[in-house]
Amino acid sequence: MLSHLRPALALFVLFTLVTGVAYPLAITGVAQVAMPVQANGSLIEKGGAVIGSSLIGQGFSSPRYFHGRPSAAGKDGYDASASSGSNLGPNAKALAERITGDVAKVKSEDGISGAAPADLVTASASGLDPDITPASAYLQAPRVARERAMPEPEVRALVDRLAQPRVFGVLGEPRVNVLALNLALDSKR
Amino acid sequence: MTVNGWLQIALFCAITLLLTRPLGGFLTKVYSGERTFLHPVLAPVERSFYAIAGVRPDRDQSWSAYAIAMLALHVVGFLAAYAVLRLQGALPWNPQGFAGVTPDLALNTAISFLTNTNWQSYGGETTMSYGSQMVALTVQNFLSAATGMALAVALIRGFARKSASGVGNFWADLTRSVLYVLLPACIVLALVYVALGVPQTLQAYASAKTLEGAGQTIALGPVASQLAIKMLGTNGGGFFNANSAHPFENPDALANLIQMVSIFGIGAALTNVFGRMVGDERQGWAILAAMGALFLTGVAVTYWAEAAANPIHVALGVDPSAGNMEGKEVRFGIALSSLFAVITTAASCGAVIAMHDSFSAIGGMIPMINMQLGEVIVGGVGAGLYGMLLFAVVAVFVAGLMVGRTPEYAGKKIESREVKLTMLALLCSPFATLVLLAVAATSAAGLAGLLASGPHGFSEMLYATTSAAANNGSAFAGLTANSPFWNVLLAIGMMIGRFALIVPMLAVAGSLAAKTRVPASAGTFPTHGGLFVGLLIGVVLIVGGLTYFPALSLGPIADALATSAGQTF
Repeated sequence: MLSHLRPALALFVLFTLVTGVAYPLAITGVAQVAMPVQANGSLIEKGGAVIGSSLIGQGFSSPRYFHGRPSAAGKDGYDASASSGSNLGPNAKALAERITGDVAKVKSEDGISGAAPADLVTASASGLDPDITPASAYLQAPRVARERAMPEPEVRALVDRLAQPRVFGVLGEPRVNVLALNLALDSKR
Repeated sequence: MTVNGWLQIALFCAITLLLTRPLGGFLTKVYSGERTFLHPVLAPVERSFYAIAGVRPDRDQSWSAYAIAMLALHVVGFLAAYAVLRLQGALPWNPQGFAGVTPDLALNTAISFLTNTNWQSYGGETTMSYGSQMVALTVQNFLSAATGMALAVALIRGFARKSASGVGNFWADLTRSVLYVLLPACIVLALVYVALGVPQTLQAYASAKTLEGAGQTIALGPVASQLAIKMLGTNGGGFFNANSAHPFENPDALANLIQMVSIFGIGAALTNVFGRMVGDERQGWAILAAMGALFLTGVAVTYWAEAAANPIHVALGVDPSAGNMEGKEVRFGIALSSLFAVITTAASCGAVIAMHDSFSAIGGMIPMINMQLGEVIVGGVGAGLYGMLLFAVVAVFVAGLMVGRTPEYAGKKIESREVKLTMLALLCSPFATLVLLAVAATSAAGLAGLLASGPHGFSEMLYATTSAAANNGSAFAGLTANSPFWNVLLAIGMMIGRFALIVPMLAVAGSLAAKTRVPASAGTFPTHGGLFVGLLIGVVLIVGGLTYFPALSLGPIADALATSAGQTF
């Protein structure tokens, strides 16, 4: 055992220095110089103040905005310092009750008669999902147009423009970033 | 299920298969001490490490010396990781000012990262300083992965060598795994992740004022450097609580594809290393074929289960066409979330892009079964191959019993000693899983952690002890595991699952290395054909199925029946 002690200690210290200090610091250095926007969290500034990150969802409740998905991150949802899903199981009573409330909310806000789109009434895995499906955005377009006294085709055109297709046409699912959509709305006034 | 969904699954499989042979050739060179394109730069570094550590890389160790060297590194690593976690409040790179981690959580986390489990009783962004993430956790991500790779190579040498007294040199295998494989790949991967949007900073969390005027604190950190090794080393410990579901830890489907390929890349290539080292690549392909058949079955069942909407929720007015979206991200959808869940549990990764606790009962059962089968479907880097080779030993033993001949595998006679040691290694994980589950299910402290009630609550516990003993690290995360009871219980499970398997496995390696090679004869059972692949799959399923069916019927199977009857708990 003792003959193994020197290599164990020496290699552990060396690898700690290489993989635990030099490697992350070197990546940080290169990333900060070459890709500072991404490296610092893809933050969006408006008038000099940070209003969020293009990758991180935020809560919207005003009828003038597109709404994102229910969030289980933090106490009030969309807490970007405490990511979390609901972790409620398929037959949890608490989940059924939450979904009942969310379905009723979507139906009353957007006046739909049929079933509610799944993404608008289910909590995401991270609680920070920045996206909704394009279908869920189109569904909200009449309400947003009405509240902003904008022509509905103009709102729908915004969704068209900001909808992101699958990567390379294959990977992932089509989506719309809710914050980007609402920023575009605000810039129209 | 959609055509596009299956297209993505096919694309992932194709990329992984295309990488297997070139990467296998590269790894074979590295572990044989031959020159690669990296040697002009890295060979001097390697030599200086050996000089400082007093290691002679060409000096072979017996299996027991190899095991003791491995354990010595783990003792040192455990003490260091535990100390860093406890003292993080006084250490640098702690812009959020997090206090030291509690003793039971530090114990659990240190063992978790040491054993390549990366079970997380904590939420990363609310608990760990940047310094702890780098110096305690990232280091163990590298070393535990390198250890797994070294151990697999030691077992391969057991088959490949003849009349040898040793199985290689642990320090050389470890150093080569880090310097020539993991570190160079991680440098490239980390920069690609940053380009795709993964943060890499030592600055404190950002404060934002949202469009509606609320405050939002946005957790940041040196994420990309840890993410790269977390996936490549099949560690799986997330920088953030939501792991790779967090948009910063997996910004889009391209980053996700790279992460999925990273999980399987080295594990799949090691099957080719096995084939090359025993002098018949077909032996490696046969192992990979068995893994692939089990993998695709799991993917199909999980994808089918998740693409079907939950009948309870459909009755409440949810559109069934999108499937079960609770706990899933829009950018990944059902197909990728299902595929990733199977990959991460087939390998011993444990990273998640969707919350397994919110999967349908059957969709959540497949990840459990993957782990319970011993994570031999590609598996953790190294761990998957040595696990599957142990099953191969059992398979040829069963075949030998049927025809009344001493079984052989890859040119080595498999005799009583090897079979006994193999069974010892294979039984330790089920033992730990089920005994610890019984302890948890019969104690108030165990039940106190549950979020769900009814059969799903049992599933949460079963998933936890399974994940710990299989060194996976994913969770039915409704379970609140950050209590002294669960932290200590799962730490015990992780230790048994790792070391009680490794030591007998190394003994098998040593025993095989000492044997001469027997030339294949007309009576030799060929282990590169379809019959062997079928037998191997059968052995894996029978051992796993007989062991776990009772527990599964109390958890996910009862859960599925309740859901289809519309019963909530």
